[in-house]
Amino acid sequence: MAKATRESFGDAILALGETDKNLVVLDADLSKSTMTQPFMKKFPERHLEVGIAEQNMVGIAAGLALSGKTPVLTSFACFLIGRVETIRVSAAYNQTNMKLVGTHAGIGIGEDGTSQMGLEDVAAMRALPHMTVLQPADDTETKQAVAWMLQHKGPVYIRLTRQKMPDVHGPDYKWALNKIDVLWEPAKKPAKYQATIFASGGPVPHAIEAAKSLEAKGFFVRVANASTLAPFDGEAVARFGKDSQRFVTVEDHNVNGGLGSAVCEAAAERGLGVPTVRLGMHVFGESATPEQLYEKYGFTAPSIAEACLKNL
Amino acid sequence: MPTATQSPTDLKSLARDMRVDIIRMIEAAGNGHPGGSLSIIDILTVLYWKFLKHDPKNPGWDDRDRFILSKGHACPALYAVMSKRGYFPHDELLTLRKLGSPLQGHPDRMRLPGIEFSTGSLGQGLSVAVGMAIAAKMDKKAWKTYVVLGDGEMQEGQNWEAFMSAPKWKLDNLVMILDHNNGQIDGPVDQVMDIEPLGDKLRAFNWNVQMVDGHDLAAVEKALANAQAANGKPHAIIAKTIKGKGVSFMENNIAWHGNAPKKEDADKAVKEILNG
Repeated sequence: MAKATRESFGDAILALGETDKNLVVLDADLSKSTMTQPFMKKFPERHLEVGIAEQNMVGIAAGLALSGKTPVLTSFACFLIGRVETIRVSAAYNQTNMKLVGTHAGIGIGEDGTSQMGLEDVAAMRALPHMTVLQPADDTETKQAVAWMLQHKGPVYIRLTRQKMPDVHGPDYKWALNKIDVLWEPAKKPAKYQATIFASGGPVPHAIEAAKSLEAKGFFVRVANASTLAPFDGEAVARFGKDSQRFVTVEDHNVNGGLGSAVCEAAAERGLGVPTVRLGMHVFGESATPEQLYEKYGFTAPSIAEACLKNL
Repeated sequence: MPTATQSPTDLKSLARDMRVDIIRMIEAAGNGHPGGSLSIIDILTVLYWKFLKHDPKNPGWDDRDRFILSKGHACPALYAVMSKRGYFPHDELLTLRKLGSPLQGHPDRMRLPGIEFSTGSLGQGLSVAVGMAIAAKMDKKAWKTYVVLGDGEMQEGQNWEAFMSAPKWKLDNLVMILDHNNGQIDGPVDQVMDIEPLGDKLRAFNWNVQMVDGHDLAAVEKALANAQAANGKPHAIIAKTIKGKGVSFMENNIAWHGNAPKKEDADKAVKEILNG
């Protein structure tokens, strides 16, 4: 069943709020969009509406965390990282146990346009020591990542979609921190894959579709899902480097500083020398439907498939 | 019962000794911020000896009052107080700003037990104090949160978000003390970016507001006593202070905002403080 990861997050905190009495949710006038309203209605005494004041929200969360609470603060990804220096000091440097939830990731938000699109958040958050950065791809993964995030002691940033995401994991899937999983591979294992696609967040289902379309044409491509972006599973990159002619990375984020950078860094540090095509945003976005934007900016199956094969 | 409220000798001589500590530790460091440290030392003395419930032997005591120095650059004053109260040996003051020292150039809670929040980036302390005060209210705890802000710091927008937010949760367990010394790096605060009329602004934001001479120990004590009132509103104490207070050549001289005295000046300053 397709569900936006922000909805899965809203369901998860509602359920976890029953048992975790330290869980406090903060909002900056976007609770309808970040899906915290069910929590707010059920646990009004543990919900803080701070108004349109994100940096104050980050600071209040730090104070709550230092007093034994587990604050979960939500806004659009772009508005949270707009306060990155506050996050740097009040969350990362102080190592406060706050959970930053950035929804409406990337161009996948569609018509609202560039100013509402979180396109640089992963880059900013990955640069902060002590900050764990997560980007789950579907309902199952989101619920497990949120549960992990609440029991983990330390600051976490989780990036969620506005758009609905189809299930890419089976019901028995077990999520783990910092583990890049193979989501899909051809039925027959080749000696060498034409490409390994590393995907994260919104483009993940499109990457699977691309790999399937290539299998039908006789090419061998696997899809790996990176749901933890900091720390980063460089060992998986090394493993896939042994039997891949190229890497393709795809993310609904600027090409600099996100998944594509993480894969290149891990590969270079291990001397892999695997040619890598990074798909992502090189420019700001614009207004259109999410589907139109994914097509225009190259996050749909045909573009990803092309990146797996085209001459470098 | 951990407490720091028992009365010591006399606060004036304590403050005088700690002024000397401030000068000597910044002299030893070779850099640091004497002006703003000297302007808050009297306030911190009254707070740490007369009001703050804390336990230097158990800095993480659950029911302690919280203190945040939002103007983190004035930490030599805080370090002098913490050393005097027994958080760490007096000798350690001379490691200020040195490699491996818990006494970082701005306070670091991960390196020095007793620091509640690592500051230095101006404008963040009040929001954090609001969060702490909310947590105490949620848990129906009696501990209070105190925060010292600088007046130049009032130019940061985040403070005004925080001032706006505290009355929403009726945080009468929150006490904000403003070190109003009218000095900041680029000049007098009222010329760089005037923050007045401050009392009116904070009253309009629904805070209890008191004005006090920040170097009159009895007046500061009285203001802090008034700020214990549980009347549903957060407490602001605007303390009129003198940057560099106690050292004539540093007083109201912005050159001493972030400048360490060399030995000759330090000796002169110490002599003056001890004779004062």
